[in-house]
Amino acid sequence: MSRTVYVARKAGQLFATLFFIAAFNFCLFRILPGSPLTLLARKGNLSADVVARLTSLFGLDKPLWQQFLIYLQNLATAEFGISMTFRRRVIDVISERLVNSFMLLALASVFVIAIGISCGIVAAMRRGTALDRTIVVSSMAGWSFPTFWTGLIAIIVFGTYLHMFPISGIVTPGMRYATSWAETVDILRHLFLPTLTLIIVDTAQFSLVTRSALVDVFTEDYILTARAKGLSENQVLSRHAMPNAMLPIMTTTALYVSLLIGGAIEVETVFSFPGMGKLMYDSVLLRDYPILEASFFLFAAFTVFANFVTDVMYMIVDPRVKSL
Amino acid sequence: MNARGERLAEIFSRIWADSFGRAGLVLLTLIIGISILGPIIFPFDPREVATSASKIFAPPTAQHWLGTDEMGRDIFRSTLAGARISLLVGITASAISIVIGAFVGLFSGYYHGLFSNLLMRVTDFFLALPVTPLIIVLASVFGQNLLITIMVIGMTSWPSTARIVRSLVLSIRARQFVERVRAIGASDARILCVHILPNVMPLIYANTVLVIAGSVLAEATLAFLGLGDPVRVSWGTMLHYAFVSGAAGRGVWWYLLPPGIGIVLLVLGFTLVGNTLDKILNPRLREF
Repeated sequence: MSRTVYVARKAGQLFATLFFIAAFNFCLFRILPGSPLTLLARKGNLSADVVARLTSLFGLDKPLWQQFLIYLQNLATAEFGISMTFRRRVIDVISERLVNSFMLLALASVFVIAIGISCGIVAAMRRGTALDRTIVVSSMAGWSFPTFWTGLIAIIVFGTYLHMFPISGIVTPGMRYATSWAETVDILRHLFLPTLTLIIVDTAQFSLVTRSALVDVFTEDYILTARAKGLSENQVLSRHAMPNAMLPIMTTTALYVSLLIGGAIEVETVFSFPGMGKLMYDSVLLRDYPILEASFFLFAAFTVFANFVTDVMYMIVDPRVKSL
Repeated sequence: MNARGERLAEIFSRIWADSFGRAGLVLLTLIIGISILGPIIFPFDPREVATSASKIFAPPTAQHWLGTDEMGRDIFRSTLAGARISLLVGITASAISIVIGAFVGLFSGYYHGLFSNLLMRVTDFFLALPVTPLIIVLASVFGQNLLITIMVIGMTSWPSTARIVRSLVLSIRARQFVERVRAIGASDARILCVHILPNVMPLIYANTVLVIAGSVLAEATLAFLGLGDPVRVSWGTMLHYAFVSGAAGRGVWWYLLPPGIGIVLLVLGFTLVGNTLDKILNPRLREF
């Protein structure tokens, strides 16, 4: 199979999955008890006149399939409706938050992946030593930490007792910055604890996978050959072992996107960080269904898209994938 | 029955022989013991709230070993009571997840047809969705009680099990002995139950233990976000109330540590035992 066909097929799967996510979302939020009109109005007894006007305004008098088509059309144009609590367009509320979340998650994932892979390499190279055991044990412990709890502990240690870092928000409220550098520093200080929390909990994913992938690879004959040729351990690692251990690491990276989104919801909630995760938490508490629906769709779409990118990356890294 | 008992005893002794496995078994025995005996010896009454302000967020004393919470209730006792709910949800949700996952994996691995393909597509679909937002959305749509929490976690965590089981079934199915029994005239049902299932069971056992660890964490997350059963308080629910009442900002560490450490040890226990079990039962699958 040629590369174009492979990519086209994966793209087809991507759109099919997006379609089903939309359908799932459409059905799920129609199971909700109560009529959407009373939910929107936030009160029970609406006059018949108001009910009729709202029904036709939102197209609820149309047959279900027609409503679904309108829904799809709206999704395609990023029209997610109006928030019930903010009384603003959902897309406007979300787009403010997206940047913040993106900043936090990009920062955290770079550290998580870099630290995780490095720890995994060190553990695999020093297999069986005390250092290896320390890395494995602390990784397993980190994996067992609930993200939100780790955040709470970080708050109590670094905020409440040590007063080292701010524990909520993204900037100091009411602050006027002399320079844009001062503003950047303030934002980075606010990002410190959420990022640290994600690093503590998530690094294990990469250290354990990298370690076991490398340990597997080290038993292969070609590694023996490489050593017999007289290559140094570092050359064996970078030329022969790492390229072959990359596939499981890439799979973990793809799966990590889903975990990262979960982590974002927990961490942003704990640190009152104005991102998508906190928005989702607030919309659950306030039962703001349009926001909830839109954030779920965006999170799911993001994960599916990340999977698509990984599939394409596989093809570039591993020539065998084309035949799949 | 006796042979099975012996086999079980052998597996336990082999887990015990592994230092990680032993640590896991000790942790699990400890927590399960606490969750059974704890609430009997130290019953917890959630209605027993403080009558004076000095009892609110009171640090540990001889009377309240782990201090009191925002309502003046004893944290030691509520931690013991919470262990039961966290364990209960973890185990029952995993049971649902494993049954669905094993069935989907067996079926779609063994049969090749429209239905089997459809099952795999559904599996891939759920595997592609981010789990935390999914359970949040489901729990907030369906409501907050223990049964819904269990169902939501059970119904969303099966796809990975289905995938693993399916790939093993595919490889067993291609082996010669399956072809031989089919040539003798064994039916599909017989091949599945008598020849394939016993070979898949070890994988399912190890996977079950690991899925429980995930379910305990999922329950804690849901409850922490305020989507747990408000009546039956788990460790996650306790942390929710601790968070909402601002325990972290007030430095009330005695409210945060007990339920949190409970979750960590429980998850760690299941992870350690699960990994060891995996290493023992499926030696070729994972080199740890």
